[in-house]
Amino acid sequence: MLNTLTLKQALDKLDKKEVTLSEINSDINKAIKEKNEELNVYLTLNDIAVTNTEEKSSLAGLPIAVKDNYCTRDLRTTASSTVLDNFVPQYDSTVIKNLRKAGGHIIGKTNLDAWAHGSSTETSQYGRTLNPRNTGHLPGGSSGGSAAAVAADLCIASLGTETAGSIRQPSSWCGVVGLKPTYGRCSRYGVIAMASSTDSPGPITKTVEDAAIMLNHIAGHDQYDGTTTTKEVPDFTSFLDQDLKGMKIGVVYTNIEGLEEIKDTFLEQIKVFEKLGATVEIVEAMDPHHAIGVYTIIQRGEVSSNLGRFDGIRYGNDRSFFGHEAKNRIMLGTYTLSKGYADQYYNTAQKVRTLFIKDYKKLFKEYDVLISPTSPGFAKKIGVSESSAMFGELEDMLLEPSSIAGLPGISVPCYRDQETNLYLGLNIVAPMFREDLVIKAGDAFEKNTKWNSWRNK
Amino acid sequence: MSESCKYHLVCGMEVHAELKTNSKMFCGCKNDPFGAEKPNSHTCPVCLGMPGALPVANKKAIEWTIKLGLALNCKINLFSKFDRKNYFYPDLPKAYQISQYDIPFCYEGVIETSHGPIRITRIHLEEDTGKLLHKEIKGEDVSLIDYNRSSVPLIEIVTEPDIKSPEQAEEYGRALRDIIRYLDIGNCDMEQGGMRLEANISLQENGKEGLPNYKTEVKNINSFKFAKQAIEFEMERQEEILEEGNIPKQETRGWDAKKSVTFSQRTKEDAEDYRYFPDPDLPPIRFTTEQIEKIRKDIPKLPHVLVKEWKENYGVEERYSSILFNSPSEAKWLEELFVLSKKEGLKANKLVGAMVNKNVKYNFTDKVESVINEFKKLNKTDDVSDDDLIKIIDNVIKANADTVARYKAGEKQLINFFFGQTMKALGKKVDGGLLRKLLTQQLDK
Repeated sequence: MLNTLTLKQALDKLDKKEVTLSEINSDINKAIKEKNEELNVYLTLNDIAVTNTEEKSSLAGLPIAVKDNYCTRDLRTTASSTVLDNFVPQYDSTVIKNLRKAGGHIIGKTNLDAWAHGSSTETSQYGRTLNPRNTGHLPGGSSGGSAAAVAADLCIASLGTETAGSIRQPSSWCGVVGLKPTYGRCSRYGVIAMASSTDSPGPITKTVEDAAIMLNHIAGHDQYDGTTTTKEVPDFTSFLDQDLKGMKIGVVYTNIEGLEEIKDTFLEQIKVFEKLGATVEIVEAMDPHHAIGVYTIIQRGEVSSNLGRFDGIRYGNDRSFFGHEAKNRIMLGTYTLSKGYADQYYNTAQKVRTLFIKDYKKLFKEYDVLISPTSPGFAKKIGVSESSAMFGELEDMLLEPSSIAGLPGISVPCYRDQETNLYLGLNIVAPMFREDLVIKAGDAFEKNTKWNSWRNK
Repeated sequence: MSESCKYHLVCGMEVHAELKTNSKMFCGCKNDPFGAEKPNSHTCPVCLGMPGALPVANKKAIEWTIKLGLALNCKINLFSKFDRKNYFYPDLPKAYQISQYDIPFCYEGVIETSHGPIRITRIHLEEDTGKLLHKEIKGEDVSLIDYNRSSVPLIEIVTEPDIKSPEQAEEYGRALRDIIRYLDIGNCDMEQGGMRLEANISLQENGKEGLPNYKTEVKNINSFKFAKQAIEFEMERQEEILEEGNIPKQETRGWDAKKSVTFSQRTKEDAEDYRYFPDPDLPPIRFTTEQIEKIRKDIPKLPHVLVKEWKENYGVEERYSSILFNSPSEAKWLEELFVLSKKEGLKANKLVGAMVNKNVKYNFTDKVESVINEFKKLNKTDDVSDDDLIKIIDNVIKANADTVARYKAGEKQLINFFFGQTMKALGKKVDGGLLRKLLTQQLDK
């Protein structure tokens, strides 16, 4: 089955003419037909035919799944909210433009928590996605559809977006690789805004190698996004297969309440880093619980402003189509930005955010990268998010500090429970614009452990 | 307001003016809402507020804002930022306007008027909104939205409540417009809405210190004359209320130009909370002192400065010079003209007098030499010897013995009569100064 090829494998096989693009597409389409209805991964499939072109391009026309909050020209984009039920963008987001230019083919738009609000896909107004590893469980979110599309081999690679965990947490739950680039590394232009000050587009893939290839094609300065960096984009694949000798790794959050279930397993799995020549130390970091408050206030505030444009005058459906979660967030954000409260909430949150940034600066003087579990546990059972208003924030707690600090991070599978077939993820965080370090450490971990299901079939 | 009034005006103004940059404030669309061939033709995802679209600030617009600030003697914030001002209105596609809240580019300036100085509180940069058109189409009332104006750069100039009379308000508005035009950063076309005025008006009892405990804001004023009228109207209206022992409502009022009255639009109770916060899409802006000084160097000398200098250096009267030019290039041309006229020993004031009175035809594209020649031709005197001149003067004196007697009795202004008579008899052009000298000499004999 050619749909199970990694991006790198597919590119190699196409290059050597061992397979054709149409053979790969046909297997992908078959898999979609078999599984999409049950898993609810794709909200919209792109029926524009790809010609099996002889013309060489970097991504060779391979099918890429795209989270449905990226604006795609002439292809319906809903952000999983019925407010945008029939919204067909007039333009491509910059990342999509870059992807198309590199020869990537958008095979379809994947499910997410509506407006990316959530960590389960259960707030999607088009129904939840199921975890392909165990369909009684959730895929995580908000990029749950993209993570599930990769896990179920319904695409070769995919794109997600992360505001605070939305790439890495579903990647952890689905047993795939999720790379959240530095804020400003990939353009946000054309990504339906959630929390503008932390939104980061990034790849969700089968391997770290694939993530590096994808990042090569989507990263870079964009004249349409004033928050993108003008720093040069390195060849991220050049950081693969590197020696970890001398790398200093700090392990954070091991003593956090709620991690008891997985702590020992996690510490056991990261021993491999020492074998690979790195030094590993457990280190104290600022309590991630504070990040929940900071993130909740900043994100709700920005959401309340960003969603204002869906006022019923354009885009077909009016405000009554907003779901419960979005309404919740709009109201909280409106309150925290109101006169007399902005100082108490929004401005205070920004100050605490600065404290996290300072804490990271201090830690990165001692360590090259910081690692922790991606999520406090395995994928939760379906329906569980519905009774917890702060579900996402608790699930993403370990990722929120690095998100609000704008840092790059990667989640790679670091354990599989044989009984449930569910995964744990290892989160690696590095200083701003040091994606090279997370790729280097993640790739070494992946290649020297047995947890990547594509490398260890 | 009656002359015996016991109140005086306390008034500050807020003026909005569109900048005439090539592109809009936060996108690459053409900034030409009045010249657009069709509604919504100068639009893109950014100024339409499409999902996912992001703003990128127009550097030129920022520089121009600072330029105006420097011209109005403002201080410049070396660290500044854009903020979101959140509110719903159909002409505002993002449901927020990108503006500046607590750190405007410019602050604490001053502008001179003939009634005294007016302090400038702040100048900030923001984006304009779209335009709503309420029409009847096929018997149905509809509202149409044109986003060609959406995201056009807009500056807001706010003054302290230093305006003391309706006349001063009118003068301030004109002075501000003239400076913006002179700096070549905005057209300030009032009719098209390129410049809009708002006045905060209240009355204070004479002798009382501080600001009154209320104010009314009059919006949507689109001419300087209307600003004056609106303030006059408000002064009368508010005086009546105060005289009845009441305090005028704190409210926003509109100006009805047809009826020449203000009318209530919104009271304080439903004042909006704009939920300002820093726009996360636009990185904060930092300037160095060098960058500011570079902008300062580009500012031409303003008309009122030039007029003063020309008076001192060339004796050119303000009544002439102030109406002669509208742009720095025209001013430069005039300066050249004055330099040359001085060199040629000509009186610059006479020259501009002749230009204003259209006795000397000129064009700013002309060489200044040709204008000087034109002027010389006009004043060319015929060659008449002093002796010939004295002969004619004596004849005039003889023929007007009565008048000479009156002259000698003290009516010295009659010299002008003799001057005219002599010129008439002469039928030629002579140097007026010389003639006057000889006339006095002969009359006083």
